[in-house]
Amino acid sequence: MSAESLILFFIVGAFLVGFAVVFAHFVAPHSTNPQKSEPYECGIPTEGVTWLQFNVGYYLFAIIFLVFDVESVFIFPWAVVMKELGMVAFVEILIFFFVLGLGLLYAWKKGALKWE
Amino acid sequence: MDFSIYDFTSFNQGIDKFFFENLTPFWATVVEMTIIGLVFLIFYALVALFLIYAERKVCAFMQNRVGPNRVGPYGFFQLIADFIKLMLKEVIPIKNADKFLFNLAPFIVVIASFMAMAAIPFAKGLHAVDLDIGILYVIAVSSMGVIGILLAGWSSNNKYSLIGAMRSGAMIVSYELSVGLSLITIIILSGTMQFSAIVEGQANGWFIFKGHIPALIAFVIFLISSTAEANRGPFDLAEAESELTAGFHTEYSGIKFALFYMCEYMNMFIVSSIAATVFLGGWMPFHIGGCDGFNHIMDFIPPFIWYLGKTFFLVWVMMWFKWTFPRLRIDQVLTLEWKYLLPINLVNILFMAFIVLMGWHF
Repeated sequence: MSAESLILFFIVGAFLVGFAVVFAHFVAPHSTNPQKSEPYECGIPTEGVTWLQFNVGYYLFAIIFLVFDVESVFIFPWAVVMKELGMVAFVEILIFFFVLGLGLLYAWKKGALKWE
Repeated sequence: MDFSIYDFTSFNQGIDKFFFENLTPFWATVVEMTIIGLVFLIFYALVALFLIYAERKVCAFMQNRVGPNRVGPYGFFQLIADFIKLMLKEVIPIKNADKFLFNLAPFIVVIASFMAMAAIPFAKGLHAVDLDIGILYVIAVSSMGVIGILLAGWSSNNKYSLIGAMRSGAMIVSYELSVGLSLITIIILSGTMQFSAIVEGQANGWFIFKGHIPALIAFVIFLISSTAEANRGPFDLAEAESELTAGFHTEYSGIKFALFYMCEYMNMFIVSSIAATVFLGGWMPFHIGGCDGFNHIMDFIPPFIWYLGKTFFLVWVMMWFKWTFPRLRIDQVLTLEWKYLLPINLVNILFMAFIVLMGWHF
């Protein structure tokens, strides 16, 4: 099996959901009660809009994540060849992690990792 | 060591040859694809059903209850009854929802977990695709699920859903770093990202033993962060039922809820099987150096059983976590990741690199 067959898994996964949803559509009952389609919150009509600007704290973590995620993309190929390269690779990752550690330390001291 | 009785490579090649000899290449490919698709579909559904049953039983025993015991022997048919019930339940349309995204979300979540199954080696030669970047592929694909969760929460137009999805988004992307970095620790030791090569490399000792302390630390970090990535308690604040009703899938009903529910268990199964493959030797039997008689007996247990045994043990550990620890708050969750697990992980990688450099591993 080659890598192209991953498309097969995509299709089968989509088929699984699609089939289940379509099957349920034909089998399950449908009601016409308008109150059923209200948002399920506390029983009373919902107050205000839901699609609003959300707490910025979540996005802050997403931005720091982006930095570290790109960094881990660099580490993956390094990890594979670490054994062969030996000392050179080790010294290089030391320098890399030093710079990275400074970045994490900076974010930490700036209070970016503090939840408020 | 002789695994020839349980080697599936020749078996697969035999089937492959049979179809290509008797059919035109196009139809042979179609038939093979259909068979593989069906086998994985059935396996996926069976494992999901079994895990839901197992969770209810494990939870019951931990709380000194009996659990489902009415339908069928030991309540085993309870989950089939539940499944039929969910199929026949009404799918309630939400008035103010973003219809397109609302319907798209279950697709993304299920496809992400189903595609991750493709790379997992179940036994020698028994895997769908043996990618040379297997680990990277699984991390990449399984992290797509968070998009589905965010879409589900946002499009439902429900405040509980939105809060749940946001929490889950922040948590999953954070813990993904730890999952990746703890696997990198083992990649340094194995020197490859291919799952089959990683398992072969553990023939004379599992990586958790071979890598000494850093491998052990990486294993613990992987367990913690994969529990968070699969949205399992104590990190289940995306669907914290006591505060958020059901979190991101509050508005989903009927079969769509069932799909989300199934996915939670399949994600648990996938992260457990990665942990079993990378740290605990996958389908490799347990060997003690020197005890030939013991090793020989262990070799007789089929690799598939070894793989499932290790995976379900780790699944059980994750269930144990859920029913033992109280749920964390979002700030505690993020502090744990960014101030503890991430720095420990970075130091751990250096530690492992140093050990490999000095040749102190087996």
